[in-house]
Order: sequence, then C-alpha cells, then structure tokens
Amino acid sequence: MNERVLRVQDLAVHFKLREGGLIRPKTHTLKAVDGVSFDLNAGETLGIVGESGCGKSTLARALLALIKPTRGRVLWLGEDLNKLDEEALRKKRQDLQIVFQDPLAALNPRMTVRDIIAEPLWTFFPKIARVQVDERVRGVMKMVGLLPNQVNRYPHEFSGGQCQRIGIARALVLNPKLVVCDEPVSALDVSIQAQIINLLKDLQKKLNLSLVFIAHDLSVVKHISDRVMVMYLGRAMEISCRDHLYRRPLHPYTSALIKAVPVPDPKLARLASDTGLTGDMPSPLSPPSGCVFHSRCPVSITRCELEVPALRRMENGDWAACHRAEELDLTIGKTG
Amino acid sequence: MTKTTDTPAIDPFEAALGISDDKGRSPWEDAWHRLLKNRAAVYSAYIMAFMIMLVLLGPLLISWESDFTDWDHTSSPPSLQSGHWFGTDSVGRDILVRTLEGGRISLLVGLVATIVSLLIGVSYGATAGYFGGRADRIMMRVVDIIYALPFLFFIILLMVVFGRHILLIFVAIGAINWLDMARIVRGQTLSLKNTEFIEAARACGVGDWAIIRRHIVPNLLGVVMVYVTLTIPQVILIESFLSFLGLGVQEPMSSWGALVSDGAQDMESAPWTLIVPSVFLTATLYCFNFIGDGLRDALDPKDHF
Repeated sequence: MNERVLRVQDLAVHFKLREGGLIRPKTHTLKAVDGVSFDLNAGETLGIVGESGCGKSTLARALLALIKPTRGRVLWLGEDLNKLDEEALRKKRQDLQIVFQDPLAALNPRMTVRDIIAEPLWTFFPKIARVQVDERVRGVMKMVGLLPNQVNRYPHEFSGGQCQRIGIARALVLNPKLVVCDEPVSALDVSIQAQIINLLKDLQKKLNLSLVFIAHDLSVVKHISDRVMVMYLGRAMEISCRDHLYRRPLHPYTSALIKAVPVPDPKLARLASDTGLTGDMPSPLSPPSGCVFHSRCPVSITRCELEVPALRRMENGDWAACHRAEELDLTIGKTG
Repeated sequence: MTKTTDTPAIDPFEAALGISDDKGRSPWEDAWHRLLKNRAAVYSAYIMAFMIMLVLLGPLLISWESDFTDWDHTSSPPSLQSGHWFGTDSVGRDILVRTLEGGRISLLVGLVATIVSLLIGVSYGATAGYFGGRADRIMMRVVDIIYALPFLFFIILLMVVFGRHILLIFVAIGAINWLDMARIVRGQTLSLKNTEFIEAARACGVGDWAIIRRHIVPNLLGVVMVYVTLTIPQVILIESFLSFLGLGVQEPMSSWGALVSDGAQDMESAPWTLIVPSVFLTATLYCFNFIGDGLRDALDPKDHF
C-alpha cells in the first residue's frame, strides 16, 4: 500500500515571455513552478492549494509531462518521464490521467459520451471489439453515477456535475494508477462539489488510486487529502499531514489561508481573526528576493529578505520552507 | 478488477422502467433545427435547388441550341411568338438557353474552386495552427506572400504561359481563395488547441493527427461551412469579373459573367441581353448569402460551444 509511485525532484517550469518589437525584444522569465519536490505513495491523496496564479495548474501539467520542465525530474515508478521517448511516454500515459476544472470545456462538444469515454480505450487498444468497449464504457459510467443508457448523448445535454462525472469516467476507463485533479470542483455548485469529492474518495478507495487534488480552497482539500502541499508563487511553502496542517500549520502563509476560510456561522465568523495578509500576490515575473512570501508575511524578519528558505523536514515528519518554522506557534483556534 | 462495480441505486430503477438507450441530440441536429426556423435561408435553399435543376435540365427541354444563330430574329425582344421567351442577342442566339448553360459554368466554377480552397485551406490552416511555433510562422508568411501578389496580374500571367482554358480559372481562383480559408481555420485552431478537451486527449496519449482529425476539424466545421457558403458567391463573382474583363471563359462557352459583359455592350438597343443573366446571377448570389447568414446564426458558436 505504501509503495512510492511518484517522486518529484526540484521541478521547475519557466516560461519565456517576449515583449516589444522585432528589433530588440525583451525577454522575461515567468517562473510558474520553481523547485517543487514531493513524493506520492500508492493510494494516497496529496492536496495542493494556493492562490490563483501560484503555479498549481502548471505543476499538474508538468506532472503528466504535458509541459516540459525547465529543471528537475518527475519520476513515475522510478522512471523519469521526460527522458522517455515518445512511444514509451505514450504507454505510460495509460497510468496517468487528469480531470479538468471546467467540466464542459473538457469534453468535445461534437462527440457522444460513449466516444468521449471510449477514446482512451481506442487509443491504447486499437483492436478491441466494439462490444467490449461498450461494456466497459457503461461499466465506468455506472461507477461514476451516470445512467449507462445515456451513452448516445452529447455533453451539452448534461449539467455541470454530470459533465464532471463524464470527465472522471474518461480518466478512469483505463484503470490508471494516478489521477491528477486540476481544481475539479471549483466550477461547480457547493452541493455538487460535495458529491464529486465523495465520488472521488470512494473511487480512490475502490481502485487504490493515487490522487493529486488541486484546489484554491483549503476546506475542499481537507476532506479528501492525506497530505497537503501549500504553494505560493511557484514554490512549496509547506507539505504537511492534513491533521497537522489544519491544527498547527508550520508556515505563516498556511495559517493565513486557513484563517481566510469562510465560517458559515456569523457568531463564529466574528471571532475569526484577521488573516494578517496585506496586498496582492506579487507578480511572478519579479518575485521578491529571499523568501518569496516575505513581502506579505506578518512575522517576517530581515533574514527572510536575504535568504531563500529551503523546504526542511520538521521533527514530526512534515516539511516547511520558513526560517522561523520551529519558533513560531501558529496553532489555529487559540483565540476562538 | 473494477468491471463488476455497480451502483445499486441505479440498476433496479433502470430495469423497472425498462429504459433503453437515450437518443442524444447532437449540436449538428440542434443547428439544423435552428436553420429550419430561418425563413430567408429555407426559401433561399428552395430557390437554389430550383435554380440548379433549371440549369441542369433546362437546356435539354428547350428546343434551341445555345450556339444556334437564328438569323430571322437577331436582337429580338422577349416574345412567345418567336419561341425566344427571353429574346435573342445580336447574332440571334437564344438568351435563355445561353443563360442556363452559362449558369452551369458559373455554378461549377463556384463549386469546384470552393472545394479546392476548402481542402487546401482547412488542412493548411489546421496544420499551421495546431503545430504553431516556427512551422506556423513559416506557413503563414507563405500565405502572406501569395496574398500580396496582385490577383489580376497572376491570372494574366497564367493565361500568357498556359493559354486560355477553363481549367485555369478553377486553378487561379482556387489558388487565391484558400488563403482566406487558411487564415480563418488557423485562427480557430489556435483557440481550439488550448481548450481542455484537446489537452485531455493529449493526456490520453492520442496522436497529433488523430487530434486534428477527431477534435479540431469537427469543431471547425461550423465556421468553415458558413465561410464556404459565402465563398461560393464570391467565387462566382470573381469568375464573372474575369469574364467581364475578357479573361474568363471563351466563346462559344459562356458564363453569367460573360453574358452580362456581352449584354452590357448592347444595353441600350437590347436591354434584355443584360437583364436576364443579371437576374439569374444576382438571385443566386442573394440565395447563397441568405443561406450563409442562416447557417451562421444556426451554428453560432456562442450558443452551445
């Protein structure tokens, strides 16, 4: 069960942006992901949270080798995905699938549900019999809670939640080992969000999937993750066990995010303390020196401006990238 | 290991109702239903169908040959008595037969040149847009260069080198028209390329050509169809223009453009030689434009995309 399947080492994705005329274009480097490392075990869920633009989706695509990393490695079962030739990588894709944010945009509007879900099957088993495909498609549809008799329908005939189920069915049809969910519930109603999260949780248990679950909302991640990684400006700030992270975060940014989760009870909401964060996230084109978070950090010291904090392993096995991780006590709920 | 997983809540329900497979309604069917509600487009389609029948069958039913000169009736006005219902031209040829036969050429040019531009334009544009980067830049610069060639100069050059031939008109018009198509298709492909369903296909290991064939082209078809219906009249008009300048079809063959050109010379003495082919030509152009407009409304990407 606890065999390590995915290992990410110092992964960085930089984009070169050109600006200006033909004669002397300025090039900027956008560091969407900058030195992220983590491991993932079989059957485990890693939640990834962070504000918009912190590089979550780029990381997701780099994990699946849809984007070439500038630096670092993605090891899938010990093999570097980016070193494989095209054909070998294509074979590996059978194990690696993705679920997207916008459920309708992720489905080709001109294809029936059957064709959408069956496409991976046809791709990997071109000689498979029609009957078998049909059987498998209907099986997966049942598994994700869709009526199998709707195979001939088109995506626009479904609701957002149903479309997301179709997307999940497509991701599962090949029995993958890892599914990367790129904000799979952000575009859905809250009530549907819960359904989809529970569905993913059930499926994970049934199929022993490893999940990378990306969201910009800590409360969503809480329900599904075993461990949570917090990202800020392309870097990992903290990677902790879920229970540790929500009780006693190690990084001031994590604690600010947790405090920003809306509380439904207005009485409690009044007690909730201020996040302590000011301003917006700096542009990833010109990230701050030292710790990228120091410009907004309520507890930053001079050292933070000068020295980039490494992601360090703490005593309890969690990881944090903060110079003051040991001395700070950021336990949540002390005031309320 | 997972094939037998069932959701019990669904099965008995389904079985109890005896539900068979739903019939889905594709975006194409939706568009078709919207198109049928557009009166101008539907009537135009009927008129076009009638026009095509007329052009194909008409000359067989009329007793006059298109190159027969009736010396008893030169430049005679339309009359039932003489048997020349729409009159004759200055050398006594029946205008109706000539118009219908000219229509064959005009419509054929419209169709063939459009198909040529469709095939080249879609494959070229989709390839450039999908692969992007340097391939795209080189391919589109080629388009720009051809685009910058003066069209008439190009045609005259072709005529000088190869002599006048009807095939040359197809080639020349097709060679120019695919440029617009390629640009439109490239633009659409660029925006389609970054959609999540293309990314999903790539994540599933679908090959580049399969993605173009299965995902890009079907989603381009709406835009392409609209553009095609608007290209046909444009091509007919270009051919008319060329014929009007004397660069088009040659006697005794004729086309609407050539007939209008002839008629314009006798406009004062025999106006019917101008009016009859003009009416056919403009009616056709209107019909195609209405059909194109109707298709654009029906396939509006904002509706269901």
